[in-house]
Amino acid sequence: MTTTAFKEPVRETSPAATREPRRRTGRIRRTSLPYLLLLPALLLELLVHLVPMVIGIVMSFKELTQFYIRDWGSAPWSGLGNYKVSVDFDAPVGEALLHSFFVTVGFTLLSVGLCWLIGTAAAVFMQDTFRGRGLLRALFLVPYALPVYAAVITWVFMFQHDNGLVNHVLHDQLHLTGKPSFWLIGDNSFYALLTVSVWKGWPFAFLIVTAGLQNIPRELYEAAALDGAGTWQQIRRITLPSLRPVNQVLVLVLFLWTFNDFNTPYVLFGKAAPEAADLVSVHIYQASFVTWNFGTGSAMSVLLLLFLLVVTGGYLLLTSRGRRAFDV
Amino acid sequence: MRSIRAAAVGAVTMSLALAATACGGGSSSGGGADGSPKTLTYWASNQGASIAVDKKVLQPELDKFEKQTGIKVQLEVVPWSDLLNRILTATTSGQGPDVLNIGNTWSASLQATGALLPWDAKNFAEIGGKDRFVGSALGSTGAPGKDPAAVPLYSMAYALYYNKQILADAGISKPPATWDELIADGKKIKATGKSVLGAEGANVSENIHHVFVLAQQHGAHFFTPDGKPDFTDPKVVDAVKQYVDLMAEEQVIPAGDAEYAQNQSVSDFAKGRQAMLLWQSAAANLKSQGMSEDAYGIAPVPVRSGTPGTGAQTNSMVAGINIAVFKSSHHLDGATKFVKFMTGDDEQKILNAAYSTIPPVRTAQGDAAFSTPSNAVLKNTLATSAAALPQVAAESQFETAVGTAVKELFADAAAGRTVTTDSVKAKLEKAQQQMPAA
Repeated sequence: MTTTAFKEPVRETSPAATREPRRRTGRIRRTSLPYLLLLPALLLELLVHLVPMVIGIVMSFKELTQFYIRDWGSAPWSGLGNYKVSVDFDAPVGEALLHSFFVTVGFTLLSVGLCWLIGTAAAVFMQDTFRGRGLLRALFLVPYALPVYAAVITWVFMFQHDNGLVNHVLHDQLHLTGKPSFWLIGDNSFYALLTVSVWKGWPFAFLIVTAGLQNIPRELYEAAALDGAGTWQQIRRITLPSLRPVNQVLVLVLFLWTFNDFNTPYVLFGKAAPEAADLVSVHIYQASFVTWNFGTGSAMSVLLLLFLLVVTGGYLLLTSRGRRAFDV
Repeated sequence: MRSIRAAAVGAVTMSLALAATACGGGSSSGGGADGSPKTLTYWASNQGASIAVDKKVLQPELDKFEKQTGIKVQLEVVPWSDLLNRILTATTSGQGPDVLNIGNTWSASLQATGALLPWDAKNFAEIGGKDRFVGSALGSTGAPGKDPAAVPLYSMAYALYYNKQILADAGISKPPATWDELIADGKKIKATGKSVLGAEGANVSENIHHVFVLAQQHGAHFFTPDGKPDFTDPKVVDAVKQYVDLMAEEQVIPAGDAEYAQNQSVSDFAKGRQAMLLWQSAAANLKSQGMSEDAYGIAPVPVRSGTPGTGAQTNSMVAGINIAVFKSSHHLDGATKFVKFMTGDDEQKILNAAYSTIPPVRTAQGDAAFSTPSNAVLKNTLATSAAALPQVAAESQFETAVGTAVKELFADAAAGRTVTTDSVKAKLEKAQQQMPAA
């Protein structure tokens, strides 16, 4: 934007030799200006993201336990020791990390899939104008707008064994279960976590898909209707392909958020999550904060970062290639 | 052209400012704390039934301190679930309160970080000398042979609280003195439709306190004499299994207690739904929940056989709260004055009476208020049959690792899965792996 705003000065037919240097500085100034303007953002990015990341990577090679947290520099180097402990899948620590990783992958796939499905379905249904549409749309966005802690703690009350709402409905009213179930401990905790995560996440999918739908020309639907396409065919042949670029970003963002989600499991289960719902973010928190071993925690974080980089890179490569083929 | 230059200058200035603040961040905020030397910050632990209760108890005393010394104390009551994290974060950043309460079992761990002011002879002299404090309380202030990292503030011991009416209804004339008696009484109590014994199955610290005492009763210790973790010792496994079996096998602890972590078991007891509770200094807590003092009795925690004493007859940990000074505080002088105030005879009497704890200060302990029958049980337990949790640097990791293992075992029991010696051992083995190699 900035470069186009300033037009090239009109070139003189016979440039005077004395003018040369001035023009060069002018050019330097012109080419360097965008970089200069980017500098604050770049520095902020360095400060907020890269520096802590690099420190984290350095920490992962140190034996940073309680004896050294007051003065990080004095912690002894441990080489690849922390990584070895983390990926030794035959020993309990590595095994637990691997288990936690699989739980997280399963949880993320289910949560993202459900968020997308519910969000898209709701957005498609809300496409046509009807009385009360604005109100419904606003209502749908409430979970997304609520503060996470307050919302999740409400779920905690609802999931309680003895006097929670969920057991009251499922057991006392509908008699679906033989005895009241535990939702916050044991195996059911996975479903409790999934429920809250989807409840919290789908409004975002709804919002993005709704915005994406505005860009599809109405004429396409009219033409399709004239050609005899039903609603389902319209969705399959027009809506979904047109939403492709939107979905590509939406799914990636949902995936990264869900995979890294810390607040939901932490508020639901506290610092020691049940094994069935032991998400990797809480697991790493437990490995570093609860046992005061920040070195191992950092090593696990770096492994997580590498995994997410690989997945994101692979995903972008795959989808953009598919998209190019689609565009042609 | 001028506007370009202005933009460029602006960008460079902003970048420089950013770089400057990034470098100077630590020192400038440190200076801010120094700017108000008449104020101390104090993190209190949650001793009363709620944080509001604590504020009500402490604020008048802090006002008194301000009147005496002119130093204002800013109080923050930190819930137990956050306290250790907050201390840890403060240690790492060097930005903490001036004075803080710590669970006395954390003393050795926090001592190892070097974040707390060591109480050497000189510092002790400023608060009236080490001799003012009871020996058992001083035993939980840091690793042996080192200057204590904190000063005892409130002392507590576990006792068996029982609902007189429920026991009478079940035809039980006296509270159980052994675990076998407790299980036998449990059957009678269950027949009346009440639950037997409360537990905080998802609270890692509560779990640790109980399995530690049971391990003592089995003649086992979680650490070898030279301080190495030894969680898979068959006697330790037996002790942990005995505790979890109170739910899994004997069913005297209701399955619902497996998810309790916010003192719900105290409420169950106070509301008369449950016959017994193993708790430390619960009187004030029960009173605030509306249970009258005549409704319940206090007895020593059961042992395996015989009567409470030392060694295998241990029936409580030395529980308590210590008060410590953050070494990086800019007002060490004021902070020491505040500790002197809080451990003074008058304040000790007022505060320990309010929290129904026992003063660790000798002169205050003699006060008539602490010689009531209920306090006699606690005082006696502390004096004769309580043991201090391991004073090793890795104590807080031990609490979280083993406490979590017990929480998971309770979850298994609640879900109806069988708890076997092997499953207990596997969990403890995992916990031991999480311990730092010392």
